Amino acid sequence: MAELVFREIGKVGCYKTNQCSGWKSWYTLKDVPPALFASPVNKLMKSAKTAIGATMRWVWFCLLLVLAFAYLAAGLSPSDEPRGKLVADGNRLETKLGESIDAVSQNASLESQASEADLRGLPVSIKPAVEAINRLRLDKLQQHQLPSAGPADWMTICRRMSLALIGNGLSLEEIRQLERVPEAMRVRVHLDRLLVDSRYHNYWGERWTRFLVGTEGGQFVVYRRRRFRIWLTEIFSANRPYDQMVEDLITAEGLWTDKPQVNFLTATFDSNDGQADPIRLAARTSRAFLGLRIDCLQCHNDFLGNVNLGDVADPREGMQTDFHQLAAFFTSAKTSGLQGVKEGDVDYEYKYLDADEEVSVEPAVPFYPELLPVDGTPRQRLAAWVTHPKNRQAARAAVSHVWALMFGQAMGESVDNLPLDETMDPMIESLADDFVTHGFNIRRLIRLIALSDAFGVDSRASFEVTPEHERQNAVFPLVRLRSEQVAGSIIQAARIKKTDRESSLILQLQTFGDTNDFVTRYGDMGEEELTSDNITITQRLMMMNGKLVRELVKSNPVLNATSHINMFAGDDANVVEIVFLCVLNRYPTDAERDLFTSRLGEANNREDAIEDLYWVLLNSSELAWNH
Amino acid sequence: MIQQRLEASGDGLCDRTAHLSRRTLLGAGVGGLLMSALASRLAWADEKGLHDPGKPRNVILLWLEGGPSQLETFDPHPGGRIGGDVKAIPTSAKGVEISDLLPQTAEQMHLTSLVRSVTSKEGDHQRALYNVKTGFRPDPTLKHPSIGAVLCHVDDRGADIPRNVSIVPGNSPGRGGYLGAKFDAFKVNDPAGRVSDVKRPVADPRYDQRLEDLWKLESEFRRGRLKNLDLDRTLHETATKSALTMMSSDQLDAFDVSQESKATLDAFGDSRFGRGCLAASRLIEEVTLSGWDSHVTNHSLQSSACETLDPALASLLKRLDEREMLDSTLLICGGEFGRTPTLNPAEGRDHWPHGFSTLLAGCGIRRGAVYGATAADPKLDSDRPLDDVSDVTTVADIHATALSVLGVDHDFEEDTPIGRPLKRSEGTPITAIMA
Repeated sequence: MAELVFREIGKVGCYKTNQCSGWKSWYTLKDVPPALFASPVNKLMKSAKTAIGATMRWVWFCLLLVLAFAYLAAGLSPSDEPRGKLVADGNRLETKLGESIDAVSQNASLESQASEADLRGLPVSIKPAVEAINRLRLDKLQQHQLPSAGPADWMTICRRMSLALIGNGLSLEEIRQLERVPEAMRVRVHLDRLLVDSRYHNYWGERWTRFLVGTEGGQFVVYRRRRFRIWLTEIFSANRPYDQMVEDLITAEGLWTDKPQVNFLTATFDSNDGQADPIRLAARTSRAFLGLRIDCLQCHNDFLGNVNLGDVADPREGMQTDFHQLAAFFTSAKTSGLQGVKEGDVDYEYKYLDADEEVSVEPAVPFYPELLPVDGTPRQRLAAWVTHPKNRQAARAAVSHVWALMFGQAMGESVDNLPLDETMDPMIESLADDFVTHGFNIRRLIRLIALSDAFGVDSRASFEVTPEHERQNAVFPLVRLRSEQVAGSIIQAARIKKTDRESSLILQLQTFGDTNDFVTRYGDMGEEELTSDNITITQRLMMMNGKLVRELVKSNPVLNATSHINMFAGDDANVVEIVFLCVLNRYPTDAERDLFTSRLGEANNREDAIEDLYWVLLNSSELAWNH
Repeated sequence: MIQQRLEASGDGLCDRTAHLSRRTLLGAGVGGLLMSALASRLAWADEKGLHDPGKPRNVILLWLEGGPSQLETFDPHPGGRIGGDVKAIPTSAKGVEISDLLPQTAEQMHLTSLVRSVTSKEGDHQRALYNVKTGFRPDPTLKHPSIGAVLCHVDDRGADIPRNVSIVPGNSPGRGGYLGAKFDAFKVNDPAGRVSDVKRPVADPRYDQRLEDLWKLESEFRRGRLKNLDLDRTLHETATKSALTMMSSDQLDAFDVSQESKATLDAFGDSRFGRGCLAASRLIEEVTLSGWDSHVTNHSLQSSACETLDPALASLLKRLDEREMLDSTLLICGGEFGRTPTLNPAEGRDHWPHGFSTLLAGCGIRRGAVYGATAADPKLDSDRPLDDVSDVTTVADIHATALSVLGVDHDFEEDTPIGRPLKRSEGTPITAIMA
């Protein structure tokens, strides 16, 4: 008895029992609580506890099984609605549409126009603007005597939206949900859902962070890139107007931790001895907010005809003074110890290339001087000038950047080299007008682009497609996915449900780690990510033989879609269909269905065959390119 | 060595589709193949504007990204108002002095020609980088090919592994430009070990089946798109086939410097750049060393970059010479521009395209020569910045020189997509540094 009690106590907490030699330890019988000797009651209680514990464990186990089954099987079943068929019954249509709209309009910030839309057309509030853009596209095609391809199917357009707004393709779960919506509404519903999706806010937060401060780490302590990114994420979440964002950045004051926008300034501290670097900020402001590369003016006048400034109607060559007068605005940003950045006086002296001595440089803007307000602090004046509704160059720069993010490439040569004195594509000009008129509303701008014919046109055509067709938007341009889009697409393809903040923590961590590793090796373009790049042998090797693809397609009943599909998808034809939807976001053609169904039928190991099918689709051009 | 690679016919050097792998070639009977290829290659060489179709053309570009200061590297002017904190040291080339930050390189200068009067009209990193890598200024209507792409285009004799290689690629590895993306540089990171992901993850029959199905899927994607979708745009199939060829090649060992002796590794320096240079002595490529953009604390930053450059460059020159590879290998070392003669208030030097240095060696470049000079006490007249430079050369001249010593007609006109014939280089070869 004494021995039993002794062991019981030891199990509870006496680590020394393992170190005892024989039964000699600091525990003695007199140390044991007397209650433990009350054997009948104690035995009864112990039995009851054991029984309850066992029951609870079984209940938990069964519950987990049910949840796991529900998780694994979710989305595998096709929609009850026939594919591609519009729902004709008016009552059903209304109910389904209502459900869809309810789902997306719960967020107060959502500006869903679905309720004001005619069922098959565009939301009333953006209809004239989109139609105007569409007319301009047709005019352009007529002018170039180019035919237009037909419209792309809804799943292709939704994939484009997902790639642009959240950085990966559709999940099977999303496709199944959309199939329950009338086909004519699916694109709009998906767009509405994406715009209130935290994945969009995070993804665009990072894209704009790269654009505004780059990818470098900056000066330790005073630069917090992550804080800056989160601030931008919140901007997109709340859909704060673009002009307010720009104003906040240019006029930022305070501590970099308390006022994250201050990091726009502190990102340059490393090159100016702990102060905001007016040179870098002038170059960044010019590129990001004005769409002009005037960096060369830092050192000399533009005697080469690269940069035209001054009067927009009658421009002159860019001068060294243009650059430094713009830089002078930022010298009012002073670092004030623990108070962070405070507004001070302009204090800028510079020795120009042809000067004998330094001169005091007064702030001035390189064009539209009449738009620069007289009142306010230097940076407030600059911000007011940049965001002035009549500063057309700034609006064009913003629209060009959003367009490039949506299409994956700039409309012209680049997003930050838009000649002041040259007219841009009429669609960009029209979008710029609308952007200013509607209060610099980024979400509206995205809607206009995403619902335009230029975005919705097919990437293939019955005529011979040439690069000119792509340039003039007669077809959707084939654009290679960036590294993070490839990573996002293959990770999403290996899951049935969408991977977002609602996913399990383990899955989120795994996704985060996998994406970072993959992007690092695949090649990160940094802040130049909107310039085109070509596929490399290294990248093909990663996709064909690399760890991430290998891990994502192998048998893994807990995480991987290959195992889930094998367990729950039913017959081989259904397996092929589901894998195509997961990876390529489309149904297989008849020939593809026959080919891969036969492969599954012939296979000794069905899961291996599914893994092979996954590998083939993940390694296709179709996955690697936005089409 | 790569220089002794089998000269497989076909256009697979950068276009991998028609490659004969090394193993296949060995099994096919080399003699007959080379004999039959000879006549057609001579005719082809004439078409391509090659002086000597049999001449191996290997180029190593040591790309000093960010703009190295000429004053802290190859063109010091110590003691004067622009000299900064460096000293000049004598080198193995008679009468030539370089910065004391490059003591090991100084011992190998007898192998090189130094051009100290390179000028351009580009002071922005991105534009200058494009200018130096292609020999042309950026043109919104046309993307020019880098020199590596030009060489791949004119001399497409193949290997299993890509010839146009960028090790430790910086912000902008060489591109194919209007010649096509298939001539883009193959990017490789730190060559500290074997190339990753070259092993098939499943058994051969299963892998082959996957590939067979992939090609079927690709044909569906091509429908209704650009006529030559793969070659003109995606390069997906081309890159996949190149990857497959590479996976089965013995030549992969060339990327792996881990088998080199410790002494050799130490000589090149314990850095990615050093290992890249070591691998470069076995391949044809571009190796990037960044960290030269010294707008602040110029001396400190340039010193730090020189610490990495010096052992690697010196060891590379020495190794190429010892192995008699300098006759067939052109080495070019430089960046997108130089840096201002005067120091700015932050003790930095800013961008300066009006007189900077480029080092060349091998492949018919004179040994121990210097061409051009910058003034020790420049007037810095902003309207006439080139008054401070003697024997002014341009970036295009460097390109013309490189192409000439490699046996490639620099003024050969290529057809471009915009319908305008364009010379490979619009510069003039610098005969003073050509042997």
